[in-house]
Amino acid sequence: MLPAPGTLIPQVDLFPLWLSLKVAAFSTVMVVVVGLFMAYLLARKEFPGKNLLDSVITLPLVLPPTVLGYYLLVLLSRNAPLGALYERLTGSPLVFTWQAAVVAAFVHSAPLFVKAARAALENVDYRYEWASRSLGASEWKTFFRVTLPLAQRSLWALGSLCFARSLGDFGVTIMLAGNIPGKTQTLSVAIYDAVESGNGQLARVLVLIISAVALLILWPANRLAGPHRSGWAG
Amino acid sequence: MPSASVSSNSSAASSPNIDARIIKRYAAGLDSEAFELNIHLQTSPGVTVLLGPSGSGKTLTLNCLAGFTKPDEGRILVQDQLYFDAATKVHIAPRLRRCGYIFQDHALFPHMTVRQNLLFAATSAISMSRGKVQRHRRLQELLDDFELTDLAGRFPHELSGGQKQRGAIARALAGDPRLLLFDEPTRGLDYRLRLAFYEILRKAKAQFAAPIVLVTHDLDECFDLADAVYLIERGRFLQAGSPEQVFARPATSDIARSLGIFNLLPAEIASLDPGRNLSRVRVLDHEVEGPYFKGHLIGDRGWLCVRHHELRVVAAPERLTRNHLRLRVVAVTKSARGVRITFPEDLTAELSEAEYVEWRGSRELCVFVPKTAVSFLAK
Repeated sequence: MLPAPGTLIPQVDLFPLWLSLKVAAFSTVMVVVVGLFMAYLLARKEFPGKNLLDSVITLPLVLPPTVLGYYLLVLLSRNAPLGALYERLTGSPLVFTWQAAVVAAFVHSAPLFVKAARAALENVDYRYEWASRSLGASEWKTFFRVTLPLAQRSLWALGSLCFARSLGDFGVTIMLAGNIPGKTQTLSVAIYDAVESGNGQLARVLVLIISAVALLILWPANRLAGPHRSGWAG
Repeated sequence: MPSASVSSNSSAASSPNIDARIIKRYAAGLDSEAFELNIHLQTSPGVTVLLGPSGSGKTLTLNCLAGFTKPDEGRILVQDQLYFDAATKVHIAPRLRRCGYIFQDHALFPHMTVRQNLLFAATSAISMSRGKVQRHRRLQELLDDFELTDLAGRFPHELSGGQKQRGAIARALAGDPRLLLFDEPTRGLDYRLRLAFYEILRKAKAQFAAPIVLVTHDLDECFDLADAVYLIERGRFLQAGSPEQVFARPATSDIARSLGIFNLLPAEIASLDPGRNLSRVRVLDHEVEGPYFKGHLIGDRGWLCVRHHELRVVAAPERLTRNHLRLRVVAVTKSARGVRITFPEDLTAELSEAEYVEWRGSRELCVFVPKTAVSFLAK
C-alpha cells in the first residue's frame, strides 16, 4: 500500500536527484564541446590514425563499466600523473568527488554522442559546405554558419539523449566517485544502496523519479529527431 | 584529337583566361572502373561549354578548377593567378579561388532566406573591402537584376526551381567571383525554364567580364550559349572549337556518332577536283557530289557525314539526277518532332507529319543530299 503523498516527500532525501542532474548537466556540456570536435574530425577530415581514433572512441561502448572505472582510477588517482596534475591545479584530489562522477558520466555518454553526431554531420550535404567555401567563407564560418545549423535538429536531440544517458551511469561512477551519501551518491547509486540495505520503499520512489525524468527528456528529443515538417530543420 | 586546344573568337596574342592542364586518376573500385581525366582547357572571356555524356569527367573538371578536388598532375592558371601546380606543390584553398560555383541543385543554404544567402556571400568574399552601405547597394542591385526583390525574404524551399536558380546565380555573383562555373544548369528543367535560364545566363554574361564554364550534355545548350565548345568523353577532350565548327565538321566518326545528329554512311572517294571545289563519293550504290575534301585521296574509304535534318525526302524524278538516292524504306518511327524514316545503313531522315502523308506506305523513297551539307571522315 502506497503512503499518502504528503508523508512520502519528506521521507525521501532528494540530494541524489539534484546531484545526478548537476553531474549530467556538466557532463553533457563537456560531451557536446569535445564530442562535436571529434565528430567533425571523423566526419570531414582524413588523417593518419583515423580508424584507431574511431575505435578508441567506441571502446567505452563495449567494455564493462568496471573495466572503464579501473582504467580511470589508474589514470586519475592521486599517484597517477593526470590525477596529480588535477590536484595541483585545483588543490583537491579528483577521485571520490562529484567532479569524478562528471568524468564517469562523460566517459559513459561521449561515445554514443560522437558516433551519432558524426552521422548527423555526414548527413549534411557536402555541397552546402563546398558552396560556402567557394564563396570565400573560412572553415570556422562554414562550420558554425552552415554545417552546424543544418545538423542542429539531430544535435539537439542527441544532446538530450546524452543528458539522459549521463543521468543513468552506475558502474563507472561507483568505481571512480564511490558511494558517499550527500557527496557523491548519485541517483543510480542511491538506488543500489537502497536495495542493498533493504529499503525497498526508497528504492521504488527513486526508480520512479529517475524513470520520469528520463522520459521527460527523451520525449521532446524524439520529437526533434522525428520527421521534419519542412525541407530543412525549421 | 586528345588535348585539342582551340581558343575561340579572340586574337591569338591575348593569353587565355583559364589555362588548365589537369590529370586526375582514380583506381578501379568495387562498382566503378578505373578512370583518368587528362585534359588541357584554355578559354577566353565568354561562355565555354564542356559537352559530354555523364561520367565523362565534366563535373570533375569543374571541381578541380574550384579546388574541391586536387589533381594528381598539371597546372591551373586563372587570369594569371596560379591555383594549382603539381610541380611546385601549389594548391590554393577553394575559399581563396573566387570561383562562383553554381551547383546542379543550386545548394542555396536552406536555413537562410534569399537575402541572407546573398549576404553570406558578400560578407565572405575575400575581395570585399566595400563598406556596409555599398555592399547593401550591390545586394539590392543583384536582387533587382535577377527579379528576386519580392522573394528576398523567402527561404529556398519556398521558391520554384527557376527562382532557386536565379538565387544561386545572384549569390555566386555577390561573392565577386573571378570565374563562374555551372554544373548541368538545365538538368531537370522543363523547356520554358530552360529558355528562361538561357536568358539569365546572357544577363550574367553581359554583367560579368570573366570567363564562364558550363557543363552539360544538352546539345541545344551549346548552340545557344557557347562561345567555345569542348567535347569530352572518358576523361579526354575529343574536339574543341566554336559550336559552328564542331557541329559542322566533327573531327572523327566517333565524335559524329556520339553527337547523334549525323548520318554516317560507308563511302569511297571516286574523284576529287580542288579547282572546281568538287568531290564525288560512292555511297550506297549511288554517286554523291560534295565540296572538295581536303587532305583525302581518291580511293579513300571512310564515312560520308550529313545531318539528319538536312536530308530531304523528295518525289523520284524521271531520271535520277546527282545527289538523289533511291532507297528502300527500312522503318518508320514517330517521335515528338515528327516522323523518322530509316533507310539501309541506318540512314535516317526527319520530316514533319504533314510531309510524311504524301509518302505513306511507300516501300522505296528518294532522298536528296544537298551538296553543301556533306563532309567526309576518314576511317
